[in-house]
Amino acid sequence: MAFLQDIGLKLILVAGLTAILIIGVFAYFNIQSLDASLQAEVERHANQLSETVKYSTRQDMLVNQRDRIHQVINEVGRQPSISRVRVLNKTGEIIYSSLEEEIGTTVDKKAESCYACHQADQPIERLPIADRTRVFQVHPDSSRMLGIINPIFNEKACWSAACHVHPEQQTVLGVLDVTLPLAEVDRTIQKSRMEMLIFAVIAFLAISVIIGYFVERWVDTPVKSLLKATQQVADGNLGYRIDIRRNDEIGKLARSFNNMTDKLSEARMQLFQSDKLASLGRLAAGVAHEINNPLTGVLTYSSFLMKRTQNQPEIQEDLKVIVRETLRSRDIVKSLLDFARQSIPKKNEADLHEIIDRAISVVHNQITLGHVTLVKNLDPVLPRLTLDANQIQQVFINLIVNGIDAMSGTGGTITIGTSVQKLSPVGMAQIKKATCPKRHSLIDGAVKIEGLPSARVKIRATGEEGFLYIDPLYGRHRDQTSWPIAAGQLRQVQCPECATSLIEQDVTCPLCGAPAYWMEIPTLGKWEACTRQGCDWQRWDSMDTGGLRDYAEITVSDTGSGIPADALPRIFEPFFSTKGQKGTGLGLSVIWGIIDNHNGTIKVESELNKGTTFRIRLPFEQPR
Amino acid sequence: MGYTADILVVDDESVILDAVTKICTLEGYRVTQAAEASTAAHVLSGGTYGLMLCDIMMPQMDGFQLLEIARKRAPGMPVIMATGYSTVENAVRSLREGAIDFVPKPFTSDELLSAVGRAVRYRRLAEAIAAAGQGPVDPSLLIVPCPPRYQRLGYASWVVLEDGGTALIGLTHLFLRILERIDGLELQPVNAEIAQGTACAQARTPDGLLHSVLAPVSGRIVEVNPAATPDAIEKDPYFAGWLYRCIPSDVDYEMPQLTPFSAGTLF
Repeated sequence: MAFLQDIGLKLILVAGLTAILIIGVFAYFNIQSLDASLQAEVERHANQLSETVKYSTRQDMLVNQRDRIHQVINEVGRQPSISRVRVLNKTGEIIYSSLEEEIGTTVDKKAESCYACHQADQPIERLPIADRTRVFQVHPDSSRMLGIINPIFNEKACWSAACHVHPEQQTVLGVLDVTLPLAEVDRTIQKSRMEMLIFAVIAFLAISVIIGYFVERWVDTPVKSLLKATQQVADGNLGYRIDIRRNDEIGKLARSFNNMTDKLSEARMQLFQSDKLASLGRLAAGVAHEINNPLTGVLTYSSFLMKRTQNQPEIQEDLKVIVRETLRSRDIVKSLLDFARQSIPKKNEADLHEIIDRAISVVHNQITLGHVTLVKNLDPVLPRLTLDANQIQQVFINLIVNGIDAMSGTGGTITIGTSVQKLSPVGMAQIKKATCPKRHSLIDGAVKIEGLPSARVKIRATGEEGFLYIDPLYGRHRDQTSWPIAAGQLRQVQCPECATSLIEQDVTCPLCGAPAYWMEIPTLGKWEACTRQGCDWQRWDSMDTGGLRDYAEITVSDTGSGIPADALPRIFEPFFSTKGQKGTGLGLSVIWGIIDNHNGTIKVESELNKGTTFRIRLPFEQPR
Repeated sequence: MGYTADILVVDDESVILDAVTKICTLEGYRVTQAAEASTAAHVLSGGTYGLMLCDIMMPQMDGFQLLEIARKRAPGMPVIMATGYSTVENAVRSLREGAIDFVPKPFTSDELLSAVGRAVRYRRLAEAIAAAGQGPVDPSLLIVPCPPRYQRLGYASWVVLEDGGTALIGLTHLFLRILERIDGLELQPVNAEIAQGTACAQARTPDGLLHSVLAPVSGRIVEVNPAATPDAIEKDPYFAGWLYRCIPSDVDYEMPQLTPFSAGTLF
């Protein structure tokens, strides 16, 4: 059933059916009780009537005035609220009746009026009123009738009278049977039923409309926008954001979703960059090796020839060009190789402002030629940073040159600013020491993650045993395992030396509920993470509660042409250039690599024809 | 130089084998070619070669493996490493593993000849010491005595860390003995950046050749010794004759790559 795929309709259906069930049960008991009380009323009325008839005909019976009895019964029977009055003798023969045609006929003892007393072989002589009453339908289509029988008992006057009709031994001489129509009762009940039905329908409709409205508002619309967002993300648009500003679960889900896409986009960027740089490195190494060998042939022979033909000036000039150009090729290949290597930064404590000044002096001529005003907006008390001065200087040179290029011809202003920012340490704090409860060191120098020694623990999952190498940077999640494990598998975690379990007894992952494992970080407390492969939960209380860490923020802004929005996400990719033939497309990707190597971040903000700002954040505390 | 020696050239590129052969033969050397490291390893056992010029990136066996074999089968034979993949790591590793020199490709004929010439003279010095009746000589012992904290890259340059985070860089006595006489020095200016394993200075000899000195550490030069004339350096290479004072950039990583001067050396 296709419509049942809709959560709103399902909710409406369930709530509506519940309302109908409740109204139905209520209506059933309500109508039952109404029926019973109305019937009791009719029954009482019938009983009174039958007593009245019996006593008003008693005298006539004793004197055997049959005509008078007949007359009374006929008159009573003619009343509109009475269907029939009749008197039966003990053999079942109808002696008197308001319906002339049935006088003289015999009713079967099994018939409904006799049955109450005659169900056993010996008739019961006295019955309570409830048992003397019966409700029946002459015909399935006709309305119900209520009949009441009233036994006429033998008494002394009957057998001592002159007519001597009845023997003394008889107890019951016959019965007076009065039948009243229940049409009025049936109508009332029918009306009541109808009202209940209308009430149920209105309730169902009202509930449907109210629930439908709120489901649409609270669930349907936000779920649809979530669905749209997931489709956008699936199609690769990681910049898509859900615009739901609410504090309920849906709002939380939306915020969590936005957060997830941010992280995903960052991770993809990082992966993409490292991938590209790695393959570029392999390519450059291959190219360097392949080109340097033939270049050796050219250079050795030409330089050799130049040396041996010193007395032939006309050849000398040409050979000089060959040697010079070959040496130039050698330098080009060397710089390509230098770029591709992206060496680990050689960090020293340095004054950032000094580095900025040096970078400015290198590009001083270009600044003057480009009619660019350079404004320095520096924090006067910026502490010294641990960094690779050469690499960071290269970053500033590239950014300033980019700014000058963006303002080519027109001129403009480049502003360099520095400040101290307090930011969260996640993704930055490094685990340098870690031990099991028995104080065995878990830091393993053999496997490095992004150049930093990882923590090694023994794990068992899916029946296999191996090692988990934990990313030493808190919150970066670049863990490695010694064999591939499917995401979602639970891992047993032990100390590789003493096999003590590192699983915590009473702590579970708040994200997926799996057990948590832990390591002791000497002097920095407990570090915890989830045992489920692929689950990213980590907790390091002393970092989480230690507050924010200090970062140096450096901004380089220009008032140039800006970067188109569609190019922004790609500008840090290798070989992506907005300068056309002028650039190689390597500058910003090198910058990105350098900043990443310093555990920092670089972000770009740009507005077309207004300018571009690069924002770099470098941590003051550097893991070495 | 006039000294003839058999040179074993190992390279998988025939154009380089031929070029080296041509240049060296015309200078009076005898050259044996090997297009594969395994061939070279084979001929090393039988022949007596004055020196070996060896490529690093070769199929099957690479230059480092051949270097290890050469040090066992022909101890005392100087080995010059050359490669088109001329990274700092390859340079430093070559020197650490016992090669006496590292020549990045592509090289000019003069660069080749200066390296070969130094190797030949190195060999000759070693043999002279051996002939003086002191038995076979470990090349690492051909170093003049000097304070124990000095460290060297190959046999040519030394570095010593000073208090206060700076370091001094200079030329070894052995390097100076090999060059015999220096006409002039080409030094880098103050504030220049030098990188471990790449040329940081060049010494000119009377024959017109330039001899590159590889920097033992990376860093920024803060002072160039104004007294570093060829004469002063030859007189006192380890103290007054230092070349640069620099701020080393990665002491923790680079210092373990160097070789400490051992005590009891011969010169």
